[in-house]
Amino acid sequence: MAIVVLVEESDGKIKNSSQEAVAYAAALAKQISEDDVVALALGNQVSSEELEGLGKFGANRVLHATDERLNQGVIQAYASVVDQAMNETSAKVLVLATSSLGDPVASRVAIKQQAALGSNVVELPDLSDGFVVKRSIYTGKAFAYTKLDQDKKIIALRKNAITPEEGTATATVEAFTANLSEADFGATITNTEKSEGDILLPEADIVVSGGRGLKGPENWEMIEELADTLGAATGCSKPVSDMGWRPHHEHVGQTGVKVSPTLYVAVGISGAIQHLAGVNSSKYILVVNQDAEAPFFKAADYGVVGDAFEIVPQLTEKIKASQN
Amino acid sequence: MKILVCITHVPDTTSKVSFTDNNTKFDSTGVQYIIGPYDDYSLARAIELKEQHGGSVTVINVGEAETEPTIRKALAIGADDAIRINANPADSFFVAQQIASVVKDGGYDLVLMGRESIDYNGGQVHGMVGELVGMPSISPVMQLDIEGDTAKLAREIEGGKEQLEVKLPFIAGCQEPIAEWKIPNMRGIMMARKKPLDVREPASDEQMTDTVRYELPPPKGEVKMFSADELDGLVQALKNEASVL
Repeated sequence: MAIVVLVEESDGKIKNSSQEAVAYAAALAKQISEDDVVALALGNQVSSEELEGLGKFGANRVLHATDERLNQGVIQAYASVVDQAMNETSAKVLVLATSSLGDPVASRVAIKQQAALGSNVVELPDLSDGFVVKRSIYTGKAFAYTKLDQDKKIIALRKNAITPEEGTATATVEAFTANLSEADFGATITNTEKSEGDILLPEADIVVSGGRGLKGPENWEMIEELADTLGAATGCSKPVSDMGWRPHHEHVGQTGVKVSPTLYVAVGISGAIQHLAGVNSSKYILVVNQDAEAPFFKAADYGVVGDAFEIVPQLTEKIKASQN
Repeated sequence: MKILVCITHVPDTTSKVSFTDNNTKFDSTGVQYIIGPYDDYSLARAIELKEQHGGSVTVINVGEAETEPTIRKALAIGADDAIRINANPADSFFVAQQIASVVKDGGYDLVLMGRESIDYNGGQVHGMVGELVGMPSISPVMQLDIEGDTAKLAREIEGGKEQLEVKLPFIAGCQEPIAEWKIPNMRGIMMARKKPLDVREPASDEQMTDTVRYELPPPKGEVKMFSADELDGLVQALKNEASVL
């Protein structure tokens, strides 16, 4: 028996959210007296050294399916590999980080494995009466406690569901060969456009977003500079992506990306309820806005009323100074 | 082309969320219900595809009689007919089985729905239906065009997007900017009253999960305000309280 963790990579590195998933699985293993925490990595873009490093987060071994066709995140093929890895290891639990690939894969695996699937899970389960996970629902406006009523379980985690502590162990990496059929590749990825080197929005520990208050896309430089200084990802409000100032994958909100970073910085965003829905799971929120009546201040931990064009560059300088 | 669009009946995005019965039940008092915003995008795209290629658009909802106004709205927007599976949508697996049973014998070329519902946000149903009926499932889809028996799609990924090709039939979970929401006009609303709405009993009553209670997040503390001259204090707070510097 084992706990399998699906890990994802970006630019050859294991994603932070996947490291969190491994740490979560390791903590869960202790809870249920299990000791085989098996990470599963797909494609040949990650080095064995990088995978061995998952030992630091609590994986004792890593199954590596190096089939080149898995370098692209083909949903059905991934689901087949995960299913076979669960069978191979007699896994009772699958843990993964919620993502554009993880969620669609998890739902197919749930059917293959007849497993109960909990999405947007925010903490370790309560085992006092069954297996109950706490999930974020109503786009962050509430939580549900949901009993996973099957022998096998799948847990899809939100960012920050656990704070991983790094140990010193090394995981052993084993090659894993899955049987894949043509049908698994029924959907063909013909092209991938991905900004390189950027910190991915759902992965980021800090997010700096700009809204209409920035007056135009040419003013994004100061948002990017603040983000660079903080090691943050950049986001934006819906109107900003609707007007084409920023790409859609940066849109944070009810119908865009939902984030739960440690710090969310909103510049020139008034705080419409649909935007708040995407950010209200952030640990801390800093709002910079010219309008003291902006509704965002009610949802914020820190606020500055003033002209973003003055405040943001000053703040960036002061943060830089504090880092030296 | 025969298209099935799966819609949810969910509280409006501006609704205040609260619970009753010792936090075991959603309090629907004063809540306005809408077609799930993501489902609404998929419906709009389905109608555009029908205009381009001919065929029909059927909407399906798993819900009790109270969801019928939402279904009628989808008919007013331009769907041709509707199916309501007469049951409380207990969990994603329960809903997926009902949809799968309709898809299996329905001869649909395309099954569209939102990437997720905005109440449970699970984003599970499209993949489950795909697996249950043995079709590819793709989500979140932000562009969708059909050429002959092949679809060209764009799927949003972290930091960008993927272009895909897939043969019909398949299942897609949709999001913006796949299409603009359509607003029903008076003629559509009048016609919707006469369009067929087939009520069926559930094909199976199995579920895999059971939500036992709900909870609201703890209330936010007071916001700490800093003037433009007090940014040093803000930096200290970010450093010492939020521990992000």
